[in-house]
Amino acid sequence: MNMLTIFKRELTSYFTQPTAYAIVIVFGFLSSLLAFTLGQFWNVADASLNGSFFVYHPLLLMILVPAVSMRQWADEHYTGTIELLGTYPIKLRSAIIGKFLASAVVWALALALTFPMILTVNYLGDPDPWTIFSGYLGSFLVCLTFLAITTLVSSFTRDQVVALIVSVAICCLLTMIGWEPVINEVRRTGPETKEAVELMTRVGIFSHFFDATLGRISYASLIYLGGIISVCLLGTNLALKSQRA
Amino acid sequence: MIEVTGLTKRFGPKAAVDDLSFSVKKGEVLGFLGPNGAGKSTTMRMVTGFLPVTAGEISICDISMINNPQEAKRKIGYLPESAPLYNDMSVQGFLKFCASMRGLTGSARREAVAKSIETCFLESVYRQSVGTLSKGYRHRTCLAQSLLHDPEVLVLDEPTDGLDPNQKLEVRKLIKNLGKEKAILFSTHILEEVTAACTRAVIVDQGIIVADGTPKELEAQGGGSLYDLFHKVTTFETPAA
Repeated sequence: MNMLTIFKRELTSYFTQPTAYAIVIVFGFLSSLLAFTLGQFWNVADASLNGSFFVYHPLLLMILVPAVSMRQWADEHYTGTIELLGTYPIKLRSAIIGKFLASAVVWALALALTFPMILTVNYLGDPDPWTIFSGYLGSFLVCLTFLAITTLVSSFTRDQVVALIVSVAICCLLTMIGWEPVINEVRRTGPETKEAVELMTRVGIFSHFFDATLGRISYASLIYLGGIISVCLLGTNLALKSQRA
Repeated sequence: MIEVTGLTKRFGPKAAVDDLSFSVKKGEVLGFLGPNGAGKSTTMRMVTGFLPVTAGEISICDISMINNPQEAKRKIGYLPESAPLYNDMSVQGFLKFCASMRGLTGSARREAVAKSIETCFLESVYRQSVGTLSKGYRHRTCLAQSLLHDPEVLVLDEPTDGLDPNQKLEVRKLIKNLGKEKAILFSTHILEEVTAACTRAVIVDQGIIVADGTPKELEAQGGGSLYDLFHKVTTFETPAA
């Protein structure tokens, strides 16, 4: 009940302020731009959209996702409204999950509103709808992971800008460490880096993202991403509680 | 209604509140006086369940805030010192949200919101965005959220801070009226408020109660002046050289 109340408040807040609109428009524009330029949409003729469209999502999300939820707890600290939440007869975890789900809905909407890309490939060819669904699933999982990281970071500070910078840094690290050009550079240095490359691939978000986009998401990937999300949300609970002690 | 025994709060080696004990009964308005940094807000934050205690016991309507915080919090309405609000909401929207958080729904919620808007004189601004309100209205909006669920206990941290003289007078009257039916703990450093609104007052300094009594008793202790007593029993902070 309280979780739903907080969820509704947060979601309304995203849409009464320009945040949600800005994110939906900027993400839609940049993801399409990358697909048609770097992704060579016309030349690749890839109806699954994996190689031209979805592949760039983590690079955009690592910056844009923290921008949505940087204020999540930082603003509660800054305005002091955390003192109201803390004195209402509610469980802190319902506030954390309510806020997290509201930002997840904003991202689900931002992803859904890239549908003109699907209409385009449907017009041009005969794509497999499940492959495209898998692509969206992969992107959404990355969104959830980055949202959870930002939630945790924002619980430590009352400054939204600090929350943004630190969250972007962590999300960039998680993304870049498994990005193919980075992996290739490490691999080039010699055969002794084999283990390091393997570790980077496993830790980086890209390998798990690709598994999901190709419709073959493994339990290991689900456990890894689900683990990051759970640890971050539980960490937020602990951080908020310990700050009052 | 409020029973506080041996309340202590330490931040590292520093004791912000040191072995504080007091009680507030139904129909009583207890003024919590003290200089800045005396531990008033820390005490109130512990009484309302926001801050965990280092030691001691807090009981609200015979429910322990330490062992059963969810139930104890239901009995309290709280106005924090800075009157925090969600600036992106309207006054009415904010009060509806707070009422929902208190478990009110449907017509009960509508009535509670309407009543608190009326009680705190918010009729002229209830559609306005909270972010555009003046300080006085912000304070009253936050006071309104503390009254929504008609709590038995009210904890008000400097409720008249930032209000103009007319608004101060109204809020004092309101506290006095509400105090007939409820137990009210309110902090202030405006000494006139003690005689204007309190049935009893305590003076806190460096986390310890240094004076306790009815306004008349306290005045008598200060030789006829509450100011003199305040000066006598509290530490005067001199600026660092």
